Amino acid sequence: MIDDPLLKVLPFGVLLLPLAGFVVLALFGDWIRRDKEETGAGILACSTALVSFGLAAWSTWRLQGLVATEAGLRFFRPYLGFEWMEAGSFRVAYSLLVDPLSCVMMLVVTGVGSLIHIYSLGYMAHDEDKVRFFSYLNLFTFFMLLLVLAGNLPLMFVGWEGVGLCSYLLIGFWYRKESASAAGLKAFVVNRVGDAGLILGMVFMFYAFGTLDLVDIADNAGSLAPEALWEFGPATIACLLLFVGATGKSAQIPLHVWLPDAMEGPTPVSALIHAATMVTAGVYMVARLGPLYHVSETAMATVAVVGAATALMAATIALVQTDIKRVLAYSTVSQLGYMFLACGVGAFGVGVFHLYTHAFFKALLFLGSGSVIHAMSGEQDMREMGGLRTKIPWTYWTFLVGTLAIAGIPFFAGFFSKDEILAATLSHPVLFGIGLFTALLTAFYMARLLFLTFFGDFRGGHEREHHLHESPWVMIVPLVLLAVGSAVGGFLKIPHIVEPVFRLEEGHLPHAAWLPRVATLTAVFGIVAAFYLYLTRPEVRAVLARPFRPALRVFAAKYYWDEVYDAFVRRVVVGGSERVLWKGVDVSVIDGAVNGVGTVTGAFAQLLRPLQTGLVRHYVLLVLGGAVALLGWILWS
Amino acid sequence: MDQPAFVPHAVLLSLILFSIGTLGVFLRRNVITVLMCIELMLNGVNLAFVAFSRSWGTLDGQVLVFFVMVVAAAEASVGLAIVIALHRHKDTLDLDAFDLMKG
Amino acid sequence: MDAILFYAFAAIAVLAAVVVIAQRNPIYSAFALVVTLCSLAVIFGLLGSPFIAALQVIVYAGAIMVLFLFVLMLLNVRREEEHPEARGGRTLAGIGLALVTLLVLQAGSVLVRSERSPSLEFDASTTRMAEVLFSPHFLYAFEATSILILAALVGAVVLAKKEL
Repeated sequence: MIDDPLLKVLPFGVLLLPLAGFVVLALFGDWIRRDKEETGAGILACSTALVSFGLAAWSTWRLQGLVATEAGLRFFRPYLGFEWMEAGSFRVAYSLLVDPLSCVMMLVVTGVGSLIHIYSLGYMAHDEDKVRFFSYLNLFTFFMLLLVLAGNLPLMFVGWEGVGLCSYLLIGFWYRKESASAAGLKAFVVNRVGDAGLILGMVFMFYAFGTLDLVDIADNAGSLAPEALWEFGPATIACLLLFVGATGKSAQIPLHVWLPDAMEGPTPVSALIHAATMVTAGVYMVARLGPLYHVSETAMATVAVVGAATALMAATIALVQTDIKRVLAYSTVSQLGYMFLACGVGAFGVGVFHLYTHAFFKALLFLGSGSVIHAMSGEQDMREMGGLRTKIPWTYWTFLVGTLAIAGIPFFAGFFSKDEILAATLSHPVLFGIGLFTALLTAFYMARLLFLTFFGDFRGGHEREHHLHESPWVMIVPLVLLAVGSAVGGFLKIPHIVEPVFRLEEGHLPHAAWLPRVATLTAVFGIVAAFYLYLTRPEVRAVLARPFRPALRVFAAKYYWDEVYDAFVRRVVVGGSERVLWKGVDVSVIDGAVNGVGTVTGAFAQLLRPLQTGLVRHYVLLVLGGAVALLGWILWS
Repeated sequence: MDQPAFVPHAVLLSLILFSIGTLGVFLRRNVITVLMCIELMLNGVNLAFVAFSRSWGTLDGQVLVFFVMVVAAAEASVGLAIVIALHRHKDTLDLDAFDLMKG
Repeated sequence: MDAILFYAFAAIAVLAAVVVIAQRNPIYSAFALVVTLCSLAVIFGLLGSPFIAALQVIVYAGAIMVLFLFVLMLLNVRREEEHPEARGGRTLAGIGLALVTLLVLQAGSVLVRSERSPSLEFDASTTRMAEVLFSPHFLYAFEATSILILAALVGAVVLAKKEL
């Protein structure tokens, strides 16, 4: 452990600045709204984001400069003096954890986040509710930072829930639009299901290991006996439960259904939350608890298989999407699958590496699509686009960089991270095969997107053609910066930087010299195929597709996940609630009992009513009778 | 002076008077007659008190009789005032006619 | 001597009481009640309580019954009372009465049988009564009854008024 007075304070600064931005915008929003343009909101939000990034960079630099401990691990744990919760042996403090992994995440969140804040100044320029938007953006940034900087699981969970909340708020930002509102709700509810698993996991974790502190867990995980496949020891159970939460947050099977619908939100939201940061929280958590996952073979296998399956499934769905944002959404799900695949085979650092490169090029792609949509006056269907290459050149060139990065073309960032993932899976041939095939599909559908949007003839009609215009520089600059990141970001050896966090023996990835070449060839083949099928000879498409038609139908229907959930979950729950719980229990039993009491009392009263004749005679008789009874009782008892 | 032999019989007499009074309360329809029967009951009680007072040799019973009489006087006057008011209201003195508390 | 007087007046009292409840005309009932009260006064005297006897005549027979008669005549209750229909009520009353009789007999006999009286002078004269009434034991009650009478007075006046 190291001591540094500045590092005690800086991380809190990083954390609390966006929160302050939110608070100011929330409290003084009306003051800003007096200015019709609401420019103050955006400027304030961007400032907090940028300064936060500066502080994050400073913190990282300081951490770098400090003396390393014997284990080679550099970390720092600033904390507040008072505890959050204390109940017997259960103690939770407001403690942060600053180590290489959290620094990387912190920089990604604030860096990419700041660029997206700046981009939003342009994208949301004509929106009527900028104050609310930027306040939510800042709030999200705060919660995400809390998530990655937290030093214990409960605090991380606060951030986890918080980003879920902000996701709901931002997806449903245009709440008057019913589909947006519904999408927000869907995201939140599905997330919640995952969170249930997460909470159970935390409870179990405390029960089994007695601590929820991240450093303690990592330190002591190694002393646990390894659990083989199909063994369900404490480590396995804890990891699986927590992984349920990760599938919810990071949109893996079976809780992936919310992410495509989340595209209802404004594009900057899609870029920030559903590409670069929030959805990566699951990967971060798994990586953070890597030492524990490593103990359990079952958990690792589950993570890897789910990741691979999701990657493949999402890629196939992306093949047949026509909405530009939906393609990117499914692409995100697919890439997240890659990250989990990497973690599942033990290469946690590589998973984080892909997280980092993905943040760059996916944010770039989303923001670029936003630029396209902006030029297309709101149209998102790619069938209406075409030939935009010459009309919006800046957008095109940056988008091209992003596409090459995600496809895995050498030199660009995605190549390095994807290559290392594939290398890590070499010892599991099936997973490797899935990974390679998915890479092919990725290259194909991204190239398809590129060609449909930017090449060929414009199919959108003359009206729209007149309105095609390049985006303002506020939107272009972030695109350029992200493109630079996507291009050269891969040269930063992230896996090496974060390796010590996982406390594993520095395993060398199997080095197969043929792998980079095979991967590149696959990517190139995918691009060429798309070029051929969409630009050169489009008529071949129909011919080639015929034998695959049933499969393509399944892809287009998103594998019927939504329909299955609707039939087996929603209908059952709602029907059960309505018919059984509401009408059966509440109305019949509970209301019946309460009303019954009233009715019975009334009936009883009616029975006694004849007693009140109103005649004094009878009353006197009753008095006499009572007196006799009393007297008798006194005398004879 | 020892108590006279008829003291127990005085108690019996008091019981008889009380019973007759109770019977009258039940059987008569005229309000004022009922009130008179109540007076009869009270007198029966008074007799009992005096008899016992004589039997015990103390004066507490007699004092109680004194108070009973006072109360009876007050009750009779107020009761009759009410009867007058009732008569003014319904022009009848039939007890069964006043059944407002029915139901 | 006393005994004979006692049984005689006891019989008169009972007879008059029966007349009270049996007579149709309330005025006759009232007169019969006066007879009962006076007989009782005699019996009080025979039991050695001159003060109470005097009180009985003055207050009960003299004031209360006169009041009754005033009201009866004021309301002109000369009408014959109709025969009550409630037969069931009468039997019930009879039963209740029988029960009461039994009970009181039981209670009374228990108390009377016990060895009570010391062979002392039984002094129930007015002086003695006054001493007891004004003793601290009963003084408060005594004064309280005056309030009671005041309340009854006011109440009676108010209740009987034509308009409040």
